[in-house]
Amino acid sequence: MAAVQDGPMELDTEKETKPEILSDGSANLSGNAGSGVLSSSPHAAGAQKPEDQQTLIAVLQFLRRNKLTESVDILKREAGLSDDQENSKATDTGGKGDGDAGDANALLSRVSITSATAPQSAPLPLKSGDDQPDVRVVLSAYSQQGEPPLYKVYYSDLKKFIESVLDCHRAELSQLFYPLFVHMYLELVYNNNESEARAFFDKFSGDQECYYQDDLRVLCGLTKKEHMKGNETLLDFRTSRFVLRISRDSYQLLKRHLQERQNNQIWNIIQEHLYIDIFDGMPRSKSQIDSMSGSLAGEAKREVNKVKVYYGLLKEPEIEVPLDDEDDEAENEEGKPKKKKAKKDSLGSKSKKQDPNAPQQNRIPLPELKDSDKLDKIMYMKESTKRIRLSPENLPSICFYTFLNAYQGLTAVDFTDDSSLLAGGFSDSTVRVWSVTPKKLRKVKSAAELNLIDKESDDVLERIMDEKTASESKVLYGHGGPVYGVSFSPDRNYLLSSSEDGTVRLWSLQTFTCLVGYKGHNYPVWDTQFSPFGYYFVSGGHDRVARLWATDHYQPLRIFAGHLADVTCTRFHPNANYVATGSSDRTVRLWDVLNGNCVRIFTGHKGPIHSLAFSPNGKFLASGATDGRVLLWDIGHGLMIGELKGHTDTIYSLRFSRDGEILASGSMDNTVRLWDAMKAFDDIEMDDFTAATGHIHLYDNSQELLLGSYNSKSTSVIHLHFTRRNLLLAAGMYNSQ
Amino acid sequence: TEREERRFVEVPRESIKLMAENTGVELSEEVAALLAEDVCYRLREATQNSSQFMRHAKRKKLSVEDFNRALRCSNTESICGYGAQDALPFRPLKECELFFVEDREINLVELALATNIPKGCAETMVRVHVSYLDGKGNLEPQATVPTAVQSLSDDLLKYYQQVTRAILGEDPHLMKVALLDLQYNSKIAALLPYFVYVISGVKSVSHDLDQLNRLLHMVKSLVQNPYLYLGSYVRSLVSSVMYCILEPLAASINPLNDHWTLRDYAALLLSHIFWTHGDLVSGLYHQILLSLQKVLSDPVRPLCSHYGAVVGLHALGWKAVERVLYPHLPAYWANLQAVLDDYSVSNAQVKADGHKVYGAILVAVERLLKMKAHSLTIAAGGGSAALEGSVARTVGFRESSPGLSPPPEPISEPPLGIASHLHAGGAGCPWEDWTPVSLPAMYCELYSFFGDSLAMRFSTDPPQVGIPTASSCQPIHNKKEPASGATNLESTRKMPQLTANMNISPRQDESPHTEQPPSLAATAPGRSFARSSSSSVSRSRSSSSQAGRSTSQSREVFPKARFPPPQAGPPAFTFIIGGRQMGRRCQGRRFQTSFIPTPPLTSLPPRVYAHKLPVIGRVSKPVRRWTASYYSLYLPF
Repeated sequence: MAAVQDGPMELDTEKETKPEILSDGSANLSGNAGSGVLSSSPHAAGAQKPEDQQTLIAVLQFLRRNKLTESVDILKREAGLSDDQENSKATDTGGKGDGDAGDANALLSRVSITSATAPQSAPLPLKSGDDQPDVRVVLSAYSQQGEPPLYKVYYSDLKKFIESVLDCHRAELSQLFYPLFVHMYLELVYNNNESEARAFFDKFSGDQECYYQDDLRVLCGLTKKEHMKGNETLLDFRTSRFVLRISRDSYQLLKRHLQERQNNQIWNIIQEHLYIDIFDGMPRSKSQIDSMSGSLAGEAKREVNKVKVYYGLLKEPEIEVPLDDEDDEAENEEGKPKKKKAKKDSLGSKSKKQDPNAPQQNRIPLPELKDSDKLDKIMYMKESTKRIRLSPENLPSICFYTFLNAYQGLTAVDFTDDSSLLAGGFSDSTVRVWSVTPKKLRKVKSAAELNLIDKESDDVLERIMDEKTASESKVLYGHGGPVYGVSFSPDRNYLLSSSEDGTVRLWSLQTFTCLVGYKGHNYPVWDTQFSPFGYYFVSGGHDRVARLWATDHYQPLRIFAGHLADVTCTRFHPNANYVATGSSDRTVRLWDVLNGNCVRIFTGHKGPIHSLAFSPNGKFLASGATDGRVLLWDIGHGLMIGELKGHTDTIYSLRFSRDGEILASGSMDNTVRLWDAMKAFDDIEMDDFTAATGHIHLYDNSQELLLGSYNSKSTSVIHLHFTRRNLLLAAGMYNSQ
Repeated sequence: TEREERRFVEVPRESIKLMAENTGVELSEEVAALLAEDVCYRLREATQNSSQFMRHAKRKKLSVEDFNRALRCSNTESICGYGAQDALPFRPLKECELFFVEDREINLVELALATNIPKGCAETMVRVHVSYLDGKGNLEPQATVPTAVQSLSDDLLKYYQQVTRAILGEDPHLMKVALLDLQYNSKIAALLPYFVYVISGVKSVSHDLDQLNRLLHMVKSLVQNPYLYLGSYVRSLVSSVMYCILEPLAASINPLNDHWTLRDYAALLLSHIFWTHGDLVSGLYHQILLSLQKVLSDPVRPLCSHYGAVVGLHALGWKAVERVLYPHLPAYWANLQAVLDDYSVSNAQVKADGHKVYGAILVAVERLLKMKAHSLTIAAGGGSAALEGSVARTVGFRESSPGLSPPPEPISEPPLGIASHLHAGGAGCPWEDWTPVSLPAMYCELYSFFGDSLAMRFSTDPPQVGIPTASSCQPIHNKKEPASGATNLESTRKMPQLTANMNISPRQDESPHTEQPPSLAATAPGRSFARSSSSSVSRSRSSSSQAGRSTSQSREVFPKARFPPPQAGPPAFTFIIGGRQMGRRCQGRRFQTSFIPTPPLTSLPPRVYAHKLPVIGRVSKPVRRWTASYYSLYLPF
């Protein structure tokens, strides 16, 4: 169904794409992005796990209804299902506690309802290839399971019970309130019990945790079954199971209670819509629970964070650094080699020997180093010998790049790694590039003029530049909507920009023209970033997926699907094997570039995540959200290891210093704050138990870790960047209001 | 249900019904209620979605555009016409409890012709400043916003009104104070566009010299203010100044109005802006040159415009003169000649103007010659020290590389390479094929135009410039011209004294008469020089070997052209003026205005230029002041 629905849309996309792709030239554009997506999507594959038979059956029903008999046969053969099995299961599925809808017909009728209404409703952000949610929508359809007026009784009964249990269990069981509340409310709405639903909401909405306010606001507007169609948040909520972590003791307590009271209604919801991750051991405290909850779909299951992540850095290529450099001061001659050695062991510097946690060097094929890249590496190494060692006593200087007269609205900023160029994305669809050094920006000459150049001359690279075009800034026109993300390629030859118009564009910084428009998201693309080695880039957008691209492919190489809401920010791991994405569903996910799997899910934020930063050694991840908090994560163990409170508004930028000692955060509240990252990472006591369960106890030490808070007058901090010598550059737009 | 309705803002069913009626649909109560509810829900949904666009645009204020984007995202038509930045007034109509968004009619013509300053016209830019050094302390308050984005505070507005009133008002003392403040005030960045706008009003006061002058002074103050970043406003300022230089101002209709001074001042200002702020706008130099050239090559333009073009070029430095004025001179000369040769009474005024132009050109080309010679010397001899000794070396150098084009001016060059900008002019630009003319060729061509008057100018240079002139000229003489060497200089330096004495007849007698009058030289300078060169090469060589040998020999060559033999009277007149000129430094202007009514000397024959000397002397008076101070070269940067 999804494919049918998306058909015309795809065609349109292709038509629009044609003039966009300049570099690919005559490359065939007729390939259906959808089909490619499907095969490469890890999620689709995951959907056909044999244990998920209910889903399988629903798929079979769907296929049969569309008279795709061959596919049905193949699927049955592959899944090893017999007709009997299928039928009995189908009956089981429908008949579960619901008398009048006990056969497959009922299921079918629901399917038809959904399919009939879907085209009229707002298009689902999930694109082609991901037809799984639709099937799951069918499965997650609410059935009337009790008398509507009794819902209140059920809920308050449970509430009474939870309030009466021992304190240690109460905190854990209280987690049930929110998902139960939402599901019961939706069930009431779904079955057209509007007034009961309203009464239910009014009575119990006040009990919910304050960090669910945003969701509750959405819910309370929703009073009709029709409203549920096309509401992504609700679709997410219904299709995904809310994950709770409860200790075995607490769970037994709950189970016993529900069985005693014959509270089938609640029990069914728990069975169908919740996933209770039971662990052995001490129940968690309220603060422990609070620090981890808050996401749209509950906490992460423990097993999803068990996959091994190769967070180590890749081996640096061997490049001879000319040490007999003239600008090395004579008096330092003696001390220099020693100093360098000391740095090798430090947190941030990239080690020469193979890190045991590092992935295989060629796990992800990386582009060959060009001569210019080697030169840049040498420059980098030279610069890093002059780097200032930061510490709580020796804080970085901050330079602020203020965008003036940006009345059209600055939406994104990026610096090149060597801090020579600055790019800004604006609401008026333009991208502007500035040179922040005295060296002006020049275009390459036209083809006719290039013909006249002596190709053999030594300074041919200088000669191809057109002196007439030299200027401090260049404007790049091409997007059809605000530019939400910009990213320079590491070699400074390209610039990526992502926009509301659903495209990611690749610009050449030699000619200052657009080279490629990457289409695929179809909805606003919130962020994009080049891989640290160039060539690959990642983008994430309103369609709730992140995509991995290579600059020479017009279709994505990987689609990272799994977030329940918009992907708001995307970051590459320093070793380019992983991609981190932050989302409006208040989770951070880490994806493996090799196979597209989600290898980490971090929950704990209470608002949409707008910034991410990997530590230079690749071990840690920092994330900042609209709730004004920065959370620190240990990637290897999959644990939250710190919470930095202090900002009063959305954190739009995070950056570790080059050696990883300092974390800088920039926020809408017009401040830059510096945090002692070393201390934050060192202070964690990690015993086997916490490592195993992930239940770390965090004490609030934000004030100790905060090294400084720096105000700008009226400029929100949109971007932060540490130069190679550890000078902190901040950028933002002056706000006259 | 009352409680529900208080939860959100809702669209009442009455409104739905009204809207339906508007489109000609009759709705039942039931349908309207359902629709109203759905509309409310969809609106809430869209609002919630729109907040996402606000967050990603890193704003705190939800805009109409955000809402429209949310609508577009859900395949709904967006609503146009509410994108204004200002809040829309929402007005009630008392009689029938109707609320509506005010939608006034706008007079487009009025809007288009409105003269109020547009807001937010400034270009987006990035400004960097060190906020915190080593994590400590705010070094300086964050940079002020220099332009229109900053809404003006009341104080600034008051300041602006007071200052403009003072500058354009009657009280000269007040004006001076205001200008001085404008020059040093560090807090007026936000007012810059306003001042620039006021200055662009030159076009509307072209009848009032006084106002124009005041506006130019305002430009000067702004340009000199060290706290102002002019940015692209330079362009606007330059165009205002150029207007004063080039346009046939309404004020110039009345010959009693001294618009010449205004043009001179404006030209001075132009060069000042260019030298201090020329790097802010790329291609500025080229643009200025183009417009000056356009005026100069347009014979329809009045002479005062031409005058402006010449002084403008002169102000931009000798390179500009060399590249624009000099190649245009032959063509222009014919026109000017016609004016100068017309002695009818009706032409008197035009002729007087023509003299001004003549004088301005003369001053410009003299400076060109001088600077060119100077640059040659510096390039070849490495400075003016030990010039006497370096003469021989210079000779050697010149001879070893004959036909070498003059090296670029070593003292200072405009920050934008001249050549690149000239080439940027594209096809049709006469400079494309411009090749530097060698000094002697230039000199003799110019000499053919100006004759003696040029020589005199040449000779009255201060010594440190005069010597290199001679020494660099010398090798050229060796090759082409039978001129004397350094001795030539000796005599020319004495010229002012001679003029003061009015003792010219002995020299005239002493100098040998030449076969070629200047008019002939004008027609075929190259040939005439070639002809004479063979006879005098040996002599000039010998003179160069012993510098400063005798003055008598120098006079053999130089005065030969300077004093056309047939006229004994006019030269005497010339020198009187010259002497007076020496005595009255820096009062050229008054002198000149008093000159205007003097009748032209009709008795003199045409094609002899010496008779124009008096005019030249007067017109060039203020310019002399510049040459003395080398103003375009030694301006503070």
